[in-house]
Amino acid sequence: MSEPNWTIYVERIRDHRDRDAFAAVFSHFAPRVKGFLIKGGADAAMAEECAQDVMVTLWNKAHLFDPSRASVATWIFTIARNRRIDMLRKERRPEPEDLNWGPDTEPDQADILALQQETDLLKSAVSKLPDAQRDLIEKAYFGDLSHREIAAQTGLPLGTIKSRIRLALDRLRHAMK
Amino acid sequence: MNDIIQHHPGDDLLLAYSAGTLPEAFNLMIASHVSLCDQCRAAVESFDAVGGVLVEQAGVDAAPMGTDALNAVLDRLSDTPSLTPARAAQRRPGVLPAPLQDYVGGDLEAVRWRPVGMGVRQAILKTSDAASARLLHIPAGAAMPDHGHRGTELTMVLQGAFVDENEYFARGDVECADPSIEHTPIADVGADCICLAVTDAPLRFKSVLPRLLQPFFRI
Repeated sequence: MSEPNWTIYVERIRDHRDRDAFAAVFSHFAPRVKGFLIKGGADAAMAEECAQDVMVTLWNKAHLFDPSRASVATWIFTIARNRRIDMLRKERRPEPEDLNWGPDTEPDQADILALQQETDLLKSAVSKLPDAQRDLIEKAYFGDLSHREIAAQTGLPLGTIKSRIRLALDRLRHAMK
Repeated sequence: MNDIIQHHPGDDLLLAYSAGTLPEAFNLMIASHVSLCDQCRAAVESFDAVGGVLVEQAGVDAAPMGTDALNAVLDRLSDTPSLTPARAAQRRPGVLPAPLQDYVGGDLEAVRWRPVGMGVRQAILKTSDAASARLLHIPAGAAMPDHGHRGTELTMVLQGAFVDENEYFARGDVECADPSIEHTPIADVGADCICLAVTDAPLRFKSVLPRLLQPFFRI
């Protein structure tokens, strides 16, 4: 079964406040966010609350999603991370200066497709990692490794997604001038 | 805009920023650097993508949501259109990148400097206790007070430049110093140097007087 194109679902949420599209995104991602948080040490009640909040934020901020720079899963990860910091540490997480696209800089379809392909490559690279290395990467994301231990993890299979995102940023900078 | 930045934070810090595991002061440093450096912005967003894959692949361990979770969430949604960001209002050119302006309450003119001796001024920014952040103002050509480190210290130039151990640091450049390094950055003669410095341990100054003052100035 091929996976739905979640970007289109988020666009339907953004443009049409489509609750069916939202329910589909919710069914797929909310349990994953909850599972991810539990793996990272959260208790079930907190993970449930956080996952629900993440989904509400997705609805409220659908207009800020830039599919030429992130997949829906990536975007959801960043929302969950921020909510988790807020709930656990009660502190803010400073964000970089916004480079959000607006109506005048709607991202190019070719850029969106290219980013999706890079994301698929990244996904398959991560799923092919030996268990031990995958565990280390998860530990790094859950804060269970020191900086020094993270620095030793040179095996992240990033591929070319960085240069793809860099291209999208260059275009955005150009459009903002 | 940023190809001239030579000194970047390490991938370990960028990954930890993406993962959300850094103390607030270090998050502020990375957010400020990334605001000026698209290379590191792309790196951070790549690490975000790895996080996205981890969420996506949590599938095997996915935890079912509560029975009425979807309805509870649907009840919280509003049908009014999501707001289009007013981009012009979000771009705030100045010496301080946007995340720093949020902490200071404006650009340089809003900084409340305090003298710390030898012409150097500082302003401590309020962050969580796990690490500290402050702005430093060093007169052109002057040395930063001589200090060693107990923890990790990151220093980013916002205006002017400094030289340390034959390396040149200009706007956007980040110097990472670990506990083994004793160093004396010296502001370039061209202009007063303004830096953001964060550390996860209190600084220890070598001359006697600043050390005595340390508790009062929180440095």
